[in-house]
Amino acid sequence: MDLLAFARGPGMQWATAIFVAGVLWRLVGVALLRRKPDLSAPRVAAKWKGLRLIVLRSWPRKEFLGGTAFTEVMGYVFHIGFLVALFFYLPHVLFFADVAQGLLGVTFKGVFGVAWPTLPGGIIYFASAVSVAALIAVLVHRLVNPVKRLISNFDDYFSWFVTIAPIATGMAAYSHIGAPYQTLLALHLLSVELLMVWFPFGKLMHAFTIFAARGSTGMLFERKGATL
Amino acid sequence: MNPAKTIGERLAEAGVSRRAFLKFCTALASMMALPPAAGPAMAQAIATRERPSVIWLPFQECTGCTESITRSHTPTLESLIFDLVSLDYQETLMAAAGHQAEAVLAAAMKENFGKYLLIVDGSVPLVEDGAYSCTAGRSNLALLKEAAQGAAAIICVGTCSSYGGIPRAAPNPTQAVPVSAVVKDRPIVNVPGCPPIPVVITGVLAHYLTFGNLPELDPLGRPKAFYGETIHDRCYRRPFYDQGRFAKTFDDEGARSGWCLYELGCKGPVTYNACATLKWNAGTSFPIQSGHGCLGCSEPDFWDRGSFYRPLAAADWGSAKTVGAAAAAGVALGAAAAWAARRRQDRFVKEAAAPADRKPEG
Repeated sequence: MDLLAFARGPGMQWATAIFVAGVLWRLVGVALLRRKPDLSAPRVAAKWKGLRLIVLRSWPRKEFLGGTAFTEVMGYVFHIGFLVALFFYLPHVLFFADVAQGLLGVTFKGVFGVAWPTLPGGIIYFASAVSVAALIAVLVHRLVNPVKRLISNFDDYFSWFVTIAPIATGMAAYSHIGAPYQTLLALHLLSVELLMVWFPFGKLMHAFTIFAARGSTGMLFERKGATL
Repeated sequence: MNPAKTIGERLAEAGVSRRAFLKFCTALASMMALPPAAGPAMAQAIATRERPSVIWLPFQECTGCTESITRSHTPTLESLIFDLVSLDYQETLMAAAGHQAEAVLAAAMKENFGKYLLIVDGSVPLVEDGAYSCTAGRSNLALLKEAAQGAAAIICVGTCSSYGGIPRAAPNPTQAVPVSAVVKDRPIVNVPGCPPIPVVITGVLAHYLTFGNLPELDPLGRPKAFYGETIHDRCYRRPFYDQGRFAKTFDDEGARSGWCLYELGCKGPVTYNACATLKWNAGTSFPIQSGHGCLGCSEPDFWDRGSFYRPLAAADWGSAKTVGAAAAAGVALGAAAAWAARRRQDRFVKEAAAPADRKPEG
């Protein structure tokens, strides 16, 4: 079995299984934790108003704009570039379609009546390049900024690595740089599998918890009468 | 059979002009991606060489590779056989049969020992001492070992002799192996394809005639001149791949407009061959041009790499069953972790409350 066959077969199967089991372990583990009883009376009557924090925390506060603007902008640039490449590049769409068909027996077109749109390779490549540039920028910022450097640990750096690796190897595979296409494709798949395996156990798990965490925090603040 | 005359002398006798021969050599040089100046050099080299003896042994195969070479147009099969090489043994093409044919084979191997080119198409079965494929009562395995001893080089024509091919597909009932698994001490060049492109077969022979050695090979033993790039790299539909235009079915608007067949399972991106440039039937067409995706037939184990109609991107992520089992395990782990956390909370609460409940001593 060559590297590509391993990456497309057993490697992907193990990574998928670890990803699914790991994510559910984390989510169920957090969801079933006992909440601390709040014995005080709620300060406001509107129970769900606190969910506004999901949106509010997605935007820098005026007071801290000077200090956080770079990180916020780079964060958005990276995420948008990454999501464009992930969800609008045809081979990726075909992979997700295959998973949806295998798990649920449905196709996007069957449910919504139109096929999932894809973008030309050039746009995907540009989005990936922008994403990589943003990732490099935030890493440099993390290393240069003394406070950020102090609070950074292995999780931060390794999560950065497993995030940039699939984008970089994907770009190399698309443009056939550095090695035969099969090798580059295998490395791309293996880097994706590394990302999937690490995902539930590090800070990347924020993708599943960030909005729930902001929402629950907002509701808690609201109940206590804090200004959001 | 008179290999003493040079190829140039034979061509002159046959009435082939020097101009025609130069054109032929220039075409060969171009085909092998050699510089234009190589044409005259090739003409000089080929003309002054004696015709090499070629022995072609068919093993576990379908004769598709022989069918392919009979469609060769540069050089034609006739010119290949009569002008460039001395094809002393080829079961499908030779007139002799039975004991006569075997006598020809024995004589060719004896007279040209150490100098003949051995061409093999078909894989070699190993189970039961190779009894599943025999010629004249001898197994392919025994015949290959004997013929390889006197061969200057071995050319494996087709995916079966190069990598085992379809006979080697799971569960491989005959334990079929490629030639390289049996012969270790002779130079081997693989010309895979199911079948290989005819001009690639003759191109490799022409290279041997010109330079007296085998062409530069890739890690899978294939001539780089023909297998240096993927089908995808040279595909005329590649611009549509880059533009994100894909045929969704074999008869939709995209398919009729010549859009990329990636979504329909084309293996062009991972298949190294010259189909997209040399094409077939005198450069008329190749599978993708005919509207079907590449099967990847020049790659090892192409038959066992999943459906021909499943996109390359659809990796084997498992099944609903395996993902369901992983999900169940994850939920169980999460519940167990939460249960352990609650027990720990209870213990802390109990320990924190304990001093207050205790009655003062004395």
